[in-house]
Amino acid sequence: MLKHAQALLASLIFCIWAGSALAVDVRAAVLRVDYPTLLPVSRHDLRAEDIGFAGAALADEDNGTTGSFMGHTYETLTRAVPPEGADAALEELLEEGIRLIVVQAGAEDLLRLSDRAAEDGALVLNAAAPDTDLRDDQCRANLLHIAPSNQMMADAVAQFAVWKKWGDWLLIEGSNPADMALGAAFRRAAAKYGAEIVEERTFEDTGGSRRTDSGHVLVQRQLPTFMQGAEDHDIVIAADATDYFANYLPYHLWTPRPVMGSGGLKPVTMHGAHEAWGATQFQTRFEELTRRTVAPEDYNVWLALRVVGETVTRTSSAEPEVIRDYALSDAFELAAFKGQKVTFRQWNGQMRQPILLYDGRITVSVSPQEGFLHQRSPLDTMGLDQPESQCTAFN
Amino acid sequence: MKTLLLSTALVALSLSPALAGKAFISNERGNTITVVDTDTWEVLTEFDGGNRPRGIIVSPDGKKLYVCASDDNLVRVFDTETYEELPSLPSGPDPELFTIEESGTRLYIANEDDNLVTVTDTNTREVLAEVPVGVEPEGMGISPDGKFVVNTSETTNMAHFISTEDYKIKYNVLVDQRPRYAQYTADGTRLYVSSEIGGTVTVMDIAEDGAPTVVGKLTFEVPNVQPEWLQPVGVKVTEDGSRVFVALGPANRVAVVDGESLEVLDYILVGQRVWQLDFTPDQKYLLSTNGNSNDITVIDVAAEKAIRSVQVGQAPWGVAIID
Repeated sequence: MLKHAQALLASLIFCIWAGSALAVDVRAAVLRVDYPTLLPVSRHDLRAEDIGFAGAALADEDNGTTGSFMGHTYETLTRAVPPEGADAALEELLEEGIRLIVVQAGAEDLLRLSDRAAEDGALVLNAAAPDTDLRDDQCRANLLHIAPSNQMMADAVAQFAVWKKWGDWLLIEGSNPADMALGAAFRRAAAKYGAEIVEERTFEDTGGSRRTDSGHVLVQRQLPTFMQGAEDHDIVIAADATDYFANYLPYHLWTPRPVMGSGGLKPVTMHGAHEAWGATQFQTRFEELTRRTVAPEDYNVWLALRVVGETVTRTSSAEPEVIRDYALSDAFELAAFKGQKVTFRQWNGQMRQPILLYDGRITVSVSPQEGFLHQRSPLDTMGLDQPESQCTAFN
Repeated sequence: MKTLLLSTALVALSLSPALAGKAFISNERGNTITVVDTDTWEVLTEFDGGNRPRGIIVSPDGKKLYVCASDDNLVRVFDTETYEELPSLPSGPDPELFTIEESGTRLYIANEDDNLVTVTDTNTREVLAEVPVGVEPEGMGISPDGKFVVNTSETTNMAHFISTEDYKIKYNVLVDQRPRYAQYTADGTRLYVSSEIGGTVTVMDIAEDGAPTVVGKLTFEVPNVQPEWLQPVGVKVTEDGSRVFVALGPANRVAVVDGESLEVLDYILVGQRVWQLDFTPDQKYLLSTNGNSNDITVIDVAAEKAIRSVQVGQAPWGVAIID
């Protein structure tokens, strides 16, 4: 009887091998919208021409190696367009028959593109937009989020601060809408973990060039004055999504305190010095292929296409609905150099993943922190949890 | 001069009457090899093991110790008596784990960075073949008849069955996320492949011609330990196949599994972040390397109990034991 069962199973397995002869050609695209922005505060943060696309190139290689044993091939087109060209670029990709699209764009464009893609049955993977609304009442059934939300990032920082018992925060928020959205996430995080925001200040964005030959002279005089006279605090939390002041904060405060958030200790999905959990191999593969170090957006795009690759490997299908359903199922799991599998929240399409806390040189810590528990997964202590999310598109 | 003195001292030591067995532990962070007496469980010595020593095995005749010095991109070779370093072997880049055939000639090495398995002749010190495999090759197991070498690829999530005759892949089996280790039973009829991130061990029956059939999957559950931390890495099977021991990484436990029913019978608490395992040649003891507590745990195999721990170097990774 057992022999029979084994023989049956053997023929089944054989079918899987034979099935690999059924070729699957996976065609995907990365659509990147390039917004006019000022240069970053630090030259280290200059955006590479191939930002995101480099992650796609590595994903094609990684997926292709696995595919070579399965009879699957991977090809990913890349399109970089100004905001006004985004819709036309999407039309073109859809016309070419592409139904798996990774998008690097702001929330407004992302939603419009996702809705258009939905009309043609295409699946969109968000590799950039951090807006919590997209995981809340603005969620879309054909939109999976690889990039973490502002709330996940803020919670990652908050958990570390609370673990350190640094519970009194001075929140410095930028004046742009994106900065304020991030500031709101830090306020929610403080409430969630029992930290107290003892004082809030807004650092006005007055525009203009961010760097001059001797800019540090002005910064050194002006910032301490801006920071003086604050309530007693353990740390400074910076909410500067537009990158115009937070990087100046460390060393220019009135009261010497650690800075976290957009300056000092930053939450990221990946950085070029991360080595734990086998990440060294990821880094060396990436650098060999692209001749530069990895940026979080490269990793996000790589991860988006690895979700596709992993699903194709397990299902032998590249149909967008098969990929979506498998990714959202209990069966889905993916190793991503984070020490535990990454999976999706089935109620809003957000990928759960550990967040690295990076000081610009090394991984200082990784959240979720020890002791933050959740009935489903410790990863769900970060970001919108099911009862908090107004998303209904996944019901 | 210092080295000379040291080696003289070591020769003197090795001449001491006790013919006890020795365990060699690679310390990944300490860049050393710790030698532990398997009778007294005393540390005999610690010597330089190259940069980032990880995979560690002993030649079938017990005379040579092979160490994957990952950051040196080669296999370092030491005399197991004198601890003297012998000429290194080419390994291909970033060697992590390897296995050796019974004759002691061919070494099969996983090169994590290059998606290759390198075959090196230990006598001529030449690379005989490079076999392209999946992304991030890691685990290496050899069938007892020597006909197949199984490599696991961590990002491709497959066990690749490589024929040692023509170095071609004959079978690929998909397993769960991040497969780390492949271990045949002594009779060659079964293969266990651990998946670290998937949290499972895939069990395959092996036909006479070497063809694998997946027959089951081990899963683990420990009260008060988050399932995410149950990360199977090292696997060892008793000679008779009745017991399978699985190191569970950050769960700080070694699972004891019934080789017949595939049921988990017990979890033995060991040190922190347990990586690899090895038996003493008489199979009375099983040693585990505990990377985050810098020690090894000695498990009494018959009693299925941890009996003691021994402090070794920094971040112990692998272990190999001789009589």
